[in-house]
Amino acid sequence: MKGPIAALSRRLFDAARDLAPIIVVIAFFQIVVLQQPFPNLGSVVVGLVCVVLGLTLFIQGLETGLFPLGEALAHAFARKGSVAALLAFGFCLGFGTTVAEPALIAIAAEAADVASQAGALADDDAAREAYAFNLRMVVALAVGTAITLGVLRILKGWPIHVLIIGGYVLVTVMTAFAPDEIVGVAYDSGGVATSTITVPLVTALGVGLAASIHGRNAMVDGFGLIAFACLSPMIFVLGYGMVI
Amino acid sequence: MEFLADFVDTALGTAVDVLPIAVILVVFQVAVLRRRVPNLGRILSGFVAVLLGLTLFLIGLEQALFPIGETMARQLAAPEATGAAVPASGTQVDWRDYMLVYAFAAAIGFATTIAEPPLIAVALKAEEASGGAIGSWGLRIAVAVGVAVGVSLGAFRIVTGTPLAWYIIAAYAVVIVQTFRSSRSIIPLAYDSGGVTTSTVTVPVVAALGLGLAANVPGRNPLIDGFGLIAFASVFPIMSVLGYSMATSWLNRVRQARRSRGEAT
Repeated sequence: MKGPIAALSRRLFDAARDLAPIIVVIAFFQIVVLQQPFPNLGSVVVGLVCVVLGLTLFIQGLETGLFPLGEALAHAFARKGSVAALLAFGFCLGFGTTVAEPALIAIAAEAADVASQAGALADDDAAREAYAFNLRMVVALAVGTAITLGVLRILKGWPIHVLIIGGYVLVTVMTAFAPDEIVGVAYDSGGVATSTITVPLVTALGVGLAASIHGRNAMVDGFGLIAFACLSPMIFVLGYGMVI
Repeated sequence: MEFLADFVDTALGTAVDVLPIAVILVVFQVAVLRRRVPNLGRILSGFVAVLLGLTLFLIGLEQALFPIGETMARQLAAPEATGAAVPASGTQVDWRDYMLVYAFAAAIGFATTIAEPPLIAVALKAEEASGGAIGSWGLRIAVAVGVAVGVSLGAFRIVTGTPLAWYIIAAYAVVIVQTFRSSRSIIPLAYDSGGVTTSTVTVPVVAALGLGLAANVPGRNPLIDGFGLIAFASVFPIMSVLGYSMATSWLNRVRQARRSRGEAT
């Protein structure tokens, strides 16, 4: 039992160390710059303990549960050689991981709050929840599409910069036609879509695929799936803003 | 008691959200690949840990990071903190009164990025895949510097109220130019590092900063001006990573040239 406990305490330490710079920055600004005591210090400390514990457990669970299963699946698909099944899996993986993304859940709720305060949305919980839910669905659909396209790129060996720059041009053109209030949300959703669950799974998928296909290089072809997952939600949310 | 109710509530919500991943993985394993799931017990215990972790994480965020970020942004944006004269209604704010906000934006952007677990994972993977040519710490610091510059510039944009699209499109133009001058093997990683930076830790704090700032600077609308910091934090790391790679290869060339000159004499 000593091994797992030692590993867990190291993880706890890692999580605490990774959060330390933030605590230092916030404490510095609060105490030295603003010269104020912490508001509700007790609940802040409890909250930070929850964040550290949660992150530790989450990463632990990812590595013992989701990670090996996802990796095994990626290699099994590469061996099986069915392109259709692989693309379908890519779509589902992108969609499924994004729907469950805590950062996206947080920002969708925040966006709904702001939209209703600004009067762009009816001021009741049902309308806010519907808005946040639709936003999450649009972003998840976008990420699913992006992973499918990204996997196809790895299989075909297309150069990444042509596709990404094409996407940038499309975003630029759509920005001119989309309503102002959706532009900020759309741009942010690109960064939000890819976080703790999605990144390790998708990176493992890309590098694993590139490594098991003859003539592909892990650096040149394996990375880049995240970039697609980051770009397409902007296009989809801008489109969503233009439609509603 | 309130905490427990909160916990159960969030846990149920999280379970519903994690369910799709579990279903997708199981369906493809059973229906398409038709092989038994290896180490089922271990994997299930991992799922339970993911659920508990997500729940605790979300509760902690709501309790600690979101309120601090918002309070701090509000206080830093308030005229008393910056020492600026309270602007008369209708007049334009002076962007120079918000120096502290830019400093805070850069510091918090850097700190949260260093803490991003997905960035750590990708940096380690890149070090491994490049055979050590791309150091994991070098990459993490390059990305964090990019986020710091991006978030700080994003705060400046909120204060001045200039359109988000100008900055992002100009940043895209720089990235495109850099792309054609960089080595082919760094490009996908650089593009990836844009998405990787803005994750579980950075997004809530930075989004709160943007919304708080937009709510407090006179003449700003949170809906139009509050968002967009994440977009800055996603584009600027691409620039800084491409720049980091261009700088390293330039330094190597200079060093090599110096060495060969030294051998010649």
